[in-house]
Amino acid sequence: MAIVAQSSKFSTYGRPVLAWGVGLLFFFPIFWMVLTSFKTDADAVKPEHLIFFTPTFDNYLNMTDNYDYWRFATNSVISAVSATAFTLFVSVPAAYAMAFNPSRSTKDVLMWMLSTKMLPAAAVLYPMIFLAKSIGLYDTHILIITVLSLINLPIAIWMLFTYFKEIPKDIIEAGKMDGVNTWGEIKEILVPLAWGGIASTALLVFIFCWNEAYWTVRLTTIDAATLSKLIEGNRAPEGLFFGRLSAVSTAAVGPIVVLGWFCQKQLVQGLTFGAVK
Amino acid sequence: MSFTKALCAASAIALMSGAAATAESLTIAIVNNGHMINMQTVAKAYTEETGVELNWVSLEEGVLREQVTSDTATGGGQYDIINIGMQEAPIWGAAGWIEPLNFSADYDVDDILPAMRNGLSHEGTLYAAPFYGESSMVMYRKDLADAAGVTIADNDSWDNVKAAAAAIHDPENGVYGACLRGKPGWGDNMAFITTVVNSFGGAWFDADMKPALDSAEWNAAINFYVDLLGNYGPPGSEGNSFNEILALYNEGKCGMWIDATIAASFLDVDGVAYAQSPNAGNPVGANWLWAWAMAIPAGSPNAEAAGAFIEWATSKDYVQAVGNHPDFGWDSVPTGQRASTYAIPEFQAAAGFAAAELAAIDSAAPGATDMKPYVGVQFAAIPEFPEVGSAVAQEMAAALSGAKSVEDALAASQAAADAIMREAGYYE
Repeated sequence: MAIVAQSSKFSTYGRPVLAWGVGLLFFFPIFWMVLTSFKTDADAVKPEHLIFFTPTFDNYLNMTDNYDYWRFATNSVISAVSATAFTLFVSVPAAYAMAFNPSRSTKDVLMWMLSTKMLPAAAVLYPMIFLAKSIGLYDTHILIITVLSLINLPIAIWMLFTYFKEIPKDIIEAGKMDGVNTWGEIKEILVPLAWGGIASTALLVFIFCWNEAYWTVRLTTIDAATLSKLIEGNRAPEGLFFGRLSAVSTAAVGPIVVLGWFCQKQLVQGLTFGAVK
Repeated sequence: MSFTKALCAASAIALMSGAAATAESLTIAIVNNGHMINMQTVAKAYTEETGVELNWVSLEEGVLREQVTSDTATGGGQYDIINIGMQEAPIWGAAGWIEPLNFSADYDVDDILPAMRNGLSHEGTLYAAPFYGESSMVMYRKDLADAAGVTIADNDSWDNVKAAAAAIHDPENGVYGACLRGKPGWGDNMAFITTVVNSFGGAWFDADMKPALDSAEWNAAINFYVDLLGNYGPPGSEGNSFNEILALYNEGKCGMWIDATIAASFLDVDGVAYAQSPNAGNPVGANWLWAWAMAIPAGSPNAEAAGAFIEWATSKDYVQAVGNHPDFGWDSVPTGQRASTYAIPEFQAAAGFAAAELAAIDSAAPGATDMKPYVGVQFAAIPEFPEVGSAVAQEMAAALSGAKSVEDALAASQAAADAIMREAGYYE
């Protein structure tokens, strides 16, 4: 009896407190970043101005006046949206083929795709730079979109494959019996049935593309530089410019945090796929 | 479907709309330091005056080196002007990767401090113009030193510096005797450590360019460094470089700091005094020499416009423009590049560190000597140095943290440096 009462007490008070504690722990760095973005660089490192300070918008004004924030933001939108669209354009038919028409080597192909994620990016950095320059694609949107798509294809195909496997094969077969071609099966049957899974995959891929920093920093100069490059450029080896860096970081992650907030249900579904099977 | 079409159309337009560089625009790669940031604001006047659009690519130091090196070495042509340091300038000039600089008589190239001019030249030809320069010096808390009954003199002995650090050291009250770089990196801990080794009479390489890290001088210098920082430095010093120590210093936790002279302009505590770097009884002091300079990659189609901008950005007029700018002022002007800057009364009044900085820069000797057969003070101006320096830096951090003995760390450093130099073909 005592154990049951204790367990119930934990459920009533302990769990919410624990959940709030974990939530605040994860949220604290973002809160601190936003708070610091309203401090001057001098105040940002002074212990006496840890909480109480005179807020300033100078860091944000400086960012738009001197750092051309909107150019970086536009490039981020173009790259992330296009790469997500292209990734889905390739991964939906690929996952469809492997889920509904598997061959003996489907499993091997899936594992091979996953194995490409194990290659350290630095290992192919210079070949990538030289290749991009020699074919005239360095610092272009088409290069960034291609790279982001290729990076995210394995995870997208894996996620979609898992969703598609949950759809009864008979429904697709019935479509075939009615004379629907392959494209029709994907468009008219598969996509409406797996819409939730496709949406959560698209969201995750979009977030990964938006946040990608290794390649977007190194394969761009001006024309295709994304917000990751703006943040990278504000790290100073000599000087503590935390106020300015925090403002740039807040403005860079802001759109994706808002998007994630509104789509958290789909995101959780996407992140926990297969976990409760 | 209409959304898909709109998306495709938007993407196509975006893909085709890459703004091609024109003769009236310059793409400039810069390291993101305070003076460089200010330049982006001040240079708006240059655009208004000349009509030349300036595209700034601001990068973290490591990424800047990575990008600029690969672009310049392959003739990539992404940048019209690049920010390079004193380590790269003579090497790249010799390799023909950057254009020699020729300025008008008004520029007064002789006004550039001799140490900077020599360090950025190859065989007498200037390949990069200094935007700002620095040496290193002791920045100590005179109030704490006075309270502890100790003094620190210009070019003091290391023994006296250590005694002063011990006297000031009061960790229970959050004050550490000496804050020094410990974070591994050829431009981080090795910048400071190399100056200590120099002052003990050591050098990176002997006359045959064989690594000399197994010498008695290196052993004595590293034992001293580990002893000083290990006993009288803040905990976790192996993770500290310029910015970490700057934060500690401004929190009042450092009794002394030996680092870049530019740090003086960021210090925000009372009672700071300056002294020239210590030495260990030989003519070479423990002060370094560095400059962030502007250069033009070889074959740049906009070389003429790039040269004109560099001439403006490193001129006496630019210093005046920053000093008189409503957003900045005389405490924000780039220093360490021109003798005339130090003669400006407004600058002298605003910068209490000016005389100490100029003395430190003037006393730095980057040229090759009998003691060291290479150009450079806290580095060797050879292409292999970043690799050698990075490998040794890890070992020094291990020695500082206590993970290795000084002797083991130096033996491993010697072996790593020897392998790199041998493979590079300096000797069989």
